[in-house]
Amino acid sequence: MELSGAEILVQFLKDEGVEYVFGYPGGSVLHIYDELYKQDEIKHILVRHEQAAAHAADGYARTSGKPGVVLVTSGPGVTNAVTGIATAYMDSIPMVVITGQVPTAVIGSDAFQEVDTVGITRPCSKHNFLVKDARDLAVTLKKAFHLATTGRPGPVVVDVPKDVTDPNVKIPYSYPESVSMRSYNPKVKGNARQIRRAVELILSARRPIIYSGGGVILSGAAESLTELARLLEIPVTSTLMGLGGYPASDRQFLGMLGMHGTYEANMAMHECDVLIAIGARFDDRVTGKIEQFCPDARIIHVDIDPASISKTVKVDVPIVGDVDSVLTDMLQLLRSSERRLDPEELKEWWALIERWRSANCLAYERDSELIKPQFVVEKLWEITAGDAFVSTDVGQHQMWSAQFYRFDRPGRFVTSGGLGTMGFGLPAAMGIQFANPGRDVACITGEGSIQMCIQELSTCFQYMLPLKIVNLNNRYLGMVRQWQEFFYGSRYSHSYMDALPDFVKLAESYGHVGMRIEKPAEVEDALKEAFALKERLVFLDFITDQTENVYPMIAAGKAHHEMEMSPKSVLI
Amino acid sequence: MRHIISILLENEAGALSRVAGLFSARGYNIESLSVAPTEDPSLSRMTLVTRGSDEIVEQITKQLNKLVDVVKLLDLTEGSHIEREMMLIKVRVGNGGEREEVKRLADIFRGNIIDVSPASYVIELTGDGDKLDAFIQALGGITILETVRCGSMGIARGEKSLHL
Ligand SMILES: Cc1cc2nc3c(=O)[nH]c(=O)nc-3n(C[C@H](O)[C@H](O)[C@H](O)COP(=O)(O)OP(=O)(O)OC[C@H]3O[C@@H](n4cnc5c(N)ncnc54)[C@H](O)[C@@H]3O)c2cc1C
Ligand SMILES: Cc1ncc(C[n+]2csc(CCOP(=O)(O)OP(=O)(O)O)c2C)c(N)n1
Ligand SMILES: [Mg+2]
Repeated sequence: MELSGAEILVQFLKDEGVEYVFGYPGGSVLHIYDELYKQDEIKHILVRHEQAAAHAADGYARTSGKPGVVLVTSGPGVTNAVTGIATAYMDSIPMVVITGQVPTAVIGSDAFQEVDTVGITRPCSKHNFLVKDARDLAVTLKKAFHLATTGRPGPVVVDVPKDVTDPNVKIPYSYPESVSMRSYNPKVKGNARQIRRAVELILSARRPIIYSGGGVILSGAAESLTELARLLEIPVTSTLMGLGGYPASDRQFLGMLGMHGTYEANMAMHECDVLIAIGARFDDRVTGKIEQFCPDARIIHVDIDPASISKTVKVDVPIVGDVDSVLTDMLQLLRSSERRLDPEELKEWWALIERWRSANCLAYERDSELIKPQFVVEKLWEITAGDAFVSTDVGQHQMWSAQFYRFDRPGRFVTSGGLGTMGFGLPAAMGIQFANPGRDVACITGEGSIQMCIQELSTCFQYMLPLKIVNLNNRYLGMVRQWQEFFYGSRYSHSYMDALPDFVKLAESYGHVGMRIEKPAEVEDALKEAFALKERLVFLDFITDQTENVYPMIAAGKAHHEMEMSPKSVLI
Repeated sequence: MRHIISILLENEAGALSRVAGLFSARGYNIESLSVAPTEDPSLSRMTLVTRGSDEIVEQITKQLNKLVDVVKLLDLTEGSHIEREMMLIKVRVGNGGEREEVKRLADIFRGNIIDVSPASYVIELTGDGDKLDAFIQALGGITILETVRCGSMGIARGEKSLHL
């Protein structure tokens, strides 16, 4: 088959099974757009800003099990997309980003809309390529998909100069079924000896805890994790990225750990004697003060990326491999043996944990005249039967989402954890809805964050995406305000969101339904009404208590047992 | 501690900047770096000298291995190895005394005088860094016009070797 570069690119995407491309056209990608025009197999979603294209592809990837695909033009198209690429990189999300580039002949001459895409994206992508010859296009794209989706996933950028897609230059094409790279062979199966050592250590534990992370979700290992934890009756805590990896409504789940983790999770971390870290990367929001991290624990760490292991915290039993594969091997060893943890010790450990749990660390004022943000999330959870896909932006509302929407399934909570990108929520929700048509998708956001990608309301109207936007409007960059209250003598420097738009009218002018909710008594009905509107996007503007803070909180540089507690919780 | 790391790298545009970028982004130091294609033109061999605690060097090697362009890597410091640098040094030799003195020193250090002009010599010298430093010291009053040194190159002793 003789095809032009542009035809090859589009044909390759079809052969690769790509359903959606999130993009925005421009000069350097016009040949490609012309090919997209001539077909209808691949659906191109036209966003309103390239950042949103990347976030939408990200949301799509997190909830479809397939890589997200982005197409943007050179120069400003690329620089706009960078925030989205970096966001996906920090959270290890598989994505292929195809960027237009100026023709090869003028690369390096400061040509119109030229930027050094490979240079700019090098530190925020898993890998990147510049394709200089159309004959390399198909195999490079195959490499990109391979790299993005295997090992520790991540975004891969393929920079394509305009002449490479020239419609007049035809070359042979056949779909490369597979690709091998001598320098890239991620290890999937864990070392058998290490796995046996880990099982021995777990069986000898008196106060074990599982610290589960985003790797469990990425690996599709929620079932194996749940089975392991239940078999051995070990308590489970999760990072922000790992939520849903173990059912949150289960008694063995202690909630999230870390800076805004629960009292029981953080205390159990501090007191544990064996820590089983699974697909988690010991982020500083999780560890707190490194010197006092799990002071009595021997640590097992399962991770597919050797560089994640012993990066910040030295571990005793490292296991490099895919979580699901390693847990399956562990389960096999355990099933073929009668040995279990000492039941008496375990009972005492659980008694201690139940005492911590009774502190009720997430308690908040329930008879307030003002809408409490926690209450809105709780009600959302109830009304969607805990079964919605939830994306968030970044700030207090993000933490309340993590604490109060109890995720029982993996891949339901979509949030920017590593980069903490405000503006992520709405476009990510779009991607989720494309991947999951007919399902409830809520975007929990704040009045600050939502304004960072608000233009996407237009995309939502064009494609009739019936998202439910839950705006926890506290008129503050709340997370910033909270830090200023705690650590800067309540000097609220530039954290007040003045001159806010009327979000109801704004939603309406984009063709959507808008609601403003000001009283606690109206919260439930408003949510019910919104979710009953199956075909429409509803923007719910909840006017919430401006003074509410996220508790518990471990201040920067403090250890797990040094939590700042809500005035409402009962300390014991 | 000082580590000397040998890396086999895809001989592709940008591979070097991935390594250099990794070091600057993560705040690791590079003491010296030398790189050139090998007998297999699809591969480059890089020798990189860095300093850091055991934990940092462990991270450095892991992060290097993670780069898609890095094919194989060996921390030479872990075994016995040979290390060489090369220096070209141009000195002023105005009178017969200086010419004699430089010739004698070059012989002692087993260097070669590879360029001669009425007022200057260029000496080529190989050895480890200390030897090259010692030569510069030994030149004493002789005026150095310029020096150029390549980064360290290293290779393991015995049969151990870094190849595909
Ligand atoms: C405002 C704000 C507050 C935050 N507060 C908290 C907080 O209180 N608590 C908290 O936990 N986080 C918090 N975060 C998030 C935090 O910044 C990190 O993003 C998060 O803790 C990282 O989660 P993780 O360790 O699960 O790693 P991820 O970033 O999810 O990384 C996944 C790990 O799993 C590995 N992996 C990937 N695939 C596989 C596989 N197939 N098999 C094996 N391993 C695999 C990867 O190599 C990596 O090491 C907050 C973020 C923000 C923005
Ligand atoms: C792009 C970007 N800029 C700045 C920040 C720093 N930041 C973190 S949380 C936050 C406040 C977010 O305010 P809002 O969206 O209203 O959420 P709230 O905390 O009030 O719930 C800011 C400014 C960020 N995370 N991302
Ligand atoms: Mg706010």
